[in-house]
Amino acid sequence: MFTYILYGLAGTGLAISFFKDRAKTKAALKKAWMSFENILPQFLSILIIIGLSLSMLSPQTITNILGTSSGIWGMLAASLIGSITLIPGFVAFPLAAALLKSGAGYMQIAAFVSTLMMVGIVTLPLEIKTFGKRAAAVRNIAAFIFSLCAAFVIGVVLS
Amino acid sequence: MKDILKRYRLFLSLVAINASVGLAFPEIGLKSLSITKNNLIEMMSVIPPIFILLGLLDVWVDRATMIKYTGKGSGLKGVLIAFLLGSASAGPLYAAFPVAGVMLKKGSSLFNVFIFIGAWSTTKIPMLTFEAANLGLSFTLTRLALSIIGIVLIAFTTEKSLNKQQQADIYELNR
Repeated sequence: MFTYILYGLAGTGLAISFFKDRAKTKAALKKAWMSFENILPQFLSILIIIGLSLSMLSPQTITNILGTSSGIWGMLAASLIGSITLIPGFVAFPLAAALLKSGAGYMQIAAFVSTLMMVGIVTLPLEIKTFGKRAAAVRNIAAFIFSLCAAFVIGVVLS
Repeated sequence: MKDILKRYRLFLSLVAINASVGLAFPEIGLKSLSITKNNLIEMMSVIPPIFILLGLLDVWVDRATMIKYTGKGSGLKGVLIAFLLGSASAGPLYAAFPVAGVMLKKGSSLFNVFIFIGAWSTTKIPMLTFEAANLGLSFTLTRLALSIIGIVLIAFTTEKSLNKQQQADIYELNR
């Protein structure tokens, strides 16, 4: 649904742009393609890494790690898994819901979801391209620490 | 040609690894192939409009406008614009980095760009509705409230950890 809105925006934008200035529109499309081609090698690599890791680390394995363990260690394990793996939201949330049902606590789930979204170890090379090593490292470490704090608060509030 | 090989060597070696894993353990190989295929289709369906909008942003929004709305001294308004831009997005976080690059090139402040990245990573509207459907409203709203604080704290920490020269280097990377 939201994807259609994005397509609508992009399509309308392109049409208006084309109507106003063809040369600029061509330049915009060229820029779009070049930015995409610039990240394409990493993008393809990331997809293969996700495919390989998810085929070995099945939802069942993740459930075994997080479902039985609880407390701080479960939360730490959850946040490490979340930081390293890169699972799209449409897979991650049903997985998180299944984990909750099979006995994981809110704290572990929050740590998993939060690090999954904010911390990206696999995507670091891409982040470094834009922000350089130092900023990328600081942002990821800060996001990791924040995720632990947020998970702790959620664990206390929702239990 | 040599250049292409060099740029794609990580990808090519991963393909080789995947292929040998597939030969040794056909079940894992097939499964990873189908996961990769599904993800590729999913990503390719979201990514084109993002990059088209990025291209239009680059061509039509001039530096002065970007600085006025999201540059240094744009104040709370700039933070809100960066936050809304990130939240109204779709797609994986790594698609946000090239967009952040264009914002930097046009003169957005680093703090606002980190707010944009933070919002893109956690407060995407389609993601939130999906989260609420799966994990419940109280979980999602508690996490959202914390995330908004977290995004600001992370952006602040990251910006403050860089001295003037390091900040200038980041702008140089995106020139």
